[in-house]
Amino acid sequence: MSNHPNDIARRTRLGIIGLGLIFGSLAIAFFRAQVLDHDRYKLQSEENRLRAIPLPAPRGIIYDRNGEVIAENLPGYSVSIASAKNSDSLRSELKRLGEVIPLTERQIEAVLRRYRREPHRPTVVISDASFDIISILEEQRINFPQLIIQSVPKRFYPDGPAVSAFVGYTGEINEDELNLPQYEGYKPGHSIGKGGLEKQYERELRGREGVRYDEVDARGRVVRRASPEMAVDPLAAPSIKTNIDLDLQRFIANLFGDSLQGGVVALDPNDGAVLALYSAPAYDPNRFTGGIPANYWDSLMSDKRRPLFNKAIQGLYPPASTYKLFTAVTALQHNLVTFDEKMTVPCHGGYQFGNRYFRCWDRKGHGNVDLTRAIEVSCDTYFYQLGLRIGLSRLLAGGVSVGSRKKTGIDLPEERTSKYPYGVEYYNEVYGARNWSNAVILNLSIGQGENSQTVLNMAHMYAALATDGQAARPTLVSRSTPVKERLFKVSPEQMEGLKRSLTGVVSAGTAARSRLTGVVLAGKTGTAQQSGPEGDHAWFVGYAPAERPTIVVAVMLEFGLSGSRAARIASAIIGHYLKVTPTSAIQTRG
Amino acid sequence: MKKIILDYPLIAVGLLLSLFGIGMVYSAGQTDISTFVTPLWKSQLTWLFIGLLCAYAIGKSSVRLIEWFTTPVYIFVLVLLAVTLVLGSGAGTAAGTKSWLTVGGIRLGQPAELAKISVVLMLAKVLSGRKEAPTSLLELWKPALIVFVPWVLIMLQPDLGSGIVFIGIFFGMLYWSGVPWTLLVLLGSPVISLILSFSTGLWGAWFLVLLALVLWYKPYLLEGIFLMVANVATGVIAPILWDRLAPYQQNRLLVFLDPSIDPRASGYHVIQSKIAIGSGGPIGKGFTLGTQKRSGFLPEQHTDFIFAVVGEELGFIGVVVALSLFFALLVRVTGIASRANDSFGGLVSFGLMTCWLVHVIVNVGMTLNLMPITGIPLPFFSYGGSFMLASWISIGILLRISGEGRGRNI
Repeated sequence: MSNHPNDIARRTRLGIIGLGLIFGSLAIAFFRAQVLDHDRYKLQSEENRLRAIPLPAPRGIIYDRNGEVIAENLPGYSVSIASAKNSDSLRSELKRLGEVIPLTERQIEAVLRRYRREPHRPTVVISDASFDIISILEEQRINFPQLIIQSVPKRFYPDGPAVSAFVGYTGEINEDELNLPQYEGYKPGHSIGKGGLEKQYERELRGREGVRYDEVDARGRVVRRASPEMAVDPLAAPSIKTNIDLDLQRFIANLFGDSLQGGVVALDPNDGAVLALYSAPAYDPNRFTGGIPANYWDSLMSDKRRPLFNKAIQGLYPPASTYKLFTAVTALQHNLVTFDEKMTVPCHGGYQFGNRYFRCWDRKGHGNVDLTRAIEVSCDTYFYQLGLRIGLSRLLAGGVSVGSRKKTGIDLPEERTSKYPYGVEYYNEVYGARNWSNAVILNLSIGQGENSQTVLNMAHMYAALATDGQAARPTLVSRSTPVKERLFKVSPEQMEGLKRSLTGVVSAGTAARSRLTGVVLAGKTGTAQQSGPEGDHAWFVGYAPAERPTIVVAVMLEFGLSGSRAARIASAIIGHYLKVTPTSAIQTRG
Repeated sequence: MKKIILDYPLIAVGLLLSLFGIGMVYSAGQTDISTFVTPLWKSQLTWLFIGLLCAYAIGKSSVRLIEWFTTPVYIFVLVLLAVTLVLGSGAGTAAGTKSWLTVGGIRLGQPAELAKISVVLMLAKVLSGRKEAPTSLLELWKPALIVFVPWVLIMLQPDLGSGIVFIGIFFGMLYWSGVPWTLLVLLGSPVISLILSFSTGLWGAWFLVLLALVLWYKPYLLEGIFLMVANVATGVIAPILWDRLAPYQQNRLLVFLDPSIDPRASGYHVIQSKIAIGSGGPIGKGFTLGTQKRSGFLPEQHTDFIFAVVGEELGFIGVVVALSLFFALLVRVTGIASRANDSFGGLVSFGLMTCWLVHVIVNVGMTLNLMPITGIPLPFFSYGGSFMLASWISIGILLRISGEGRGRNI
């Protein structure tokens, strides 16, 4: 070992320089973390310490046109579990919880799915917990420090099934929806509109979620509530006022009761306001709030009457005789017929076309009738010949132009497009050029054949008959001046003739038993032939008062057998709306 | 007999560090929910008094006496380490190890702390016996063996942290004995190969550097070949060694490279420690008021991660004060080494300095993820009787060496 003083001095010097470098770099490292990156770490330490608890915002209240509540919020309770370490520890925690409250394996799986998607957010376990469950959990609170029990607004529809057809329902956002761009910013456990107005106006009805903070320790136990100035209150969404007349809607729901099935749409023909929209049988949207019970869901799915299928805007049915008016409109537009004109072959219960005999609905026959009378009594034989006179391509063009293959554009997400051939080429395409004949004209002209319409579209088309050939887009929530569209143009005299014929249907025609005292009702029955054993679909579309219409009603009864039955229901609806009474009591016999 | 002048600055710095440290142990116990840590500061204070008594006693002896005791103590320590392997138990971040000497369920202490001092003394004795500094690897076999035997016993516990300290002491003391730096590099080359072997490119580059060094230093041919073979061998066995590491050790090394790979488990410690230090900011959250510590996010806040409490509660200012005290201590001890009356004293001083230095670098570095987590305590701060005692025994030895040393340099 070299002990020369110079050597030792050199080593000492080098050693101290080395120490200086080491401590200098340590100090620099701390300077970086504590001074330069301080903000980042401060934030992380607060995220550690503070547990953010989202506060759901109340959804916007939905009112009818008179300020009556269609959808509101009631106080409910939700149970969430704060950020677990991983899904295994969450699963065992839920297993433990399952010993205290009922928790199915399916529910546990759902909680785990929510957790995996958003592990840093409290995971919803029960979004709408009963009071019993809450009281059990409150007692056991010490054993489950991670549980967050909070009061949350819960969607409620005071009229339940009566409004389900247009209001829809709310439910938890699912995995597929979370992936959609329109639901950006939504988190698992969030409630969204799943149908109807709730879905259509989701963005407006949603409100803004708030947040509060709990101070927690490393084991997730709440130490104290963090300073309130950090909290952000939830912002309730503004309410929405609809055109619905809740009183009328309830009346319709009562009218249908449990026995009838079908769809109803009531419009104001002047501005397209949807006064009522009902589908029977209805489902109870309140049962969907906070997760639908499995047995209720099963009963809905197994019901042959398909309660979840909206018969007013999704169901497509042959419009039958209600469509004859548009055959007439097409003929009138081309000046092919006048109201007092008779056809060459009088009605003896049918019409021979080529080697086929086409029956009129009335085997007895209607005799030699003019157009007005043919509409009143719904004479098929007359319309067969009128259709042949128009010719297929003009007939189809007329049907297309009145909107037979369009959506009305109502503000409901479920509306389906009515079906109608786009032109002659349609038949070539579907059947092959030589495999069809002009016999299709006969079917089309009486509203059968390749023609199926929604109840809503029929109401929309009749709104044009009720006014001057124009129809406003049906709207549940009016946001601008009515968007009007001209469906057809005929002369004022012809318009008058159509109105007279439709009035005649009720005063002296197929709907004669549906008259109202003091108000002139106009409309058209229809009976759509059905091959099934349950019987034909019954239609009535009409409006009142005939001279200055304020309401158009389309009623379709699935397997309702006869249009006159539908007419009596429509008449009752209109009578209720216009506050007049039917001349005869409603009879349910066909 | 020459009058012994007490090295007051050394005592002052040692006392300041100890009181600062005990204050932090006290704060570490101030959590929202009281734990076993809460009363520990009192026993740490007791250990300080015992340490002071030992330091006083040793201060009353002489360097010659210490030198005379060196060999028996060394043998005693080896026996103790061997016994610990049989009777040992673990604690803290290394609960699965056998670093505590336990008799009848009572933990007597961690012999590794005493072993560090003992190895310093033994190494000093052997190195000071030589006239010239070793200039070839062959001449290093004896000092190497002195370190190697206890090192193996400690690595078997396994206590990676103390193992690193031994290697630090070995190189530090070789440096002080005048071994040329090139030889030190060559000596350390297999270890560097071991680390770099995980990247073939880096290892290849290192091998070229090594080759240049060998040609420049011109060791004996046999030595040169041995070195190269050793480097190749470590490079090859590294993956095998890796497989033999306990999973928690592998994890610690992996997490050191990227704490976020396992944020909830192994990486958790270091992430939370960094958050604690960073969130402390320039002036800290206030003594005993660290939220990371209070709410239990900071693990091992009274032992391995006590410096994170300093960072969180006293901020950058507190960190600078603590680091300055350590710097002052180590500079002072280096000064003692340079003034030592003989080479034994100088080597002992520098060895003890290196021992503390490695602890500080590894422990403080670990809190900021600059070093892997090795469960190594911070001198004077981390809770632990053995280490407090060992540190003050070291101060006692240094006081004696300083007192007998040449001149005064206060």
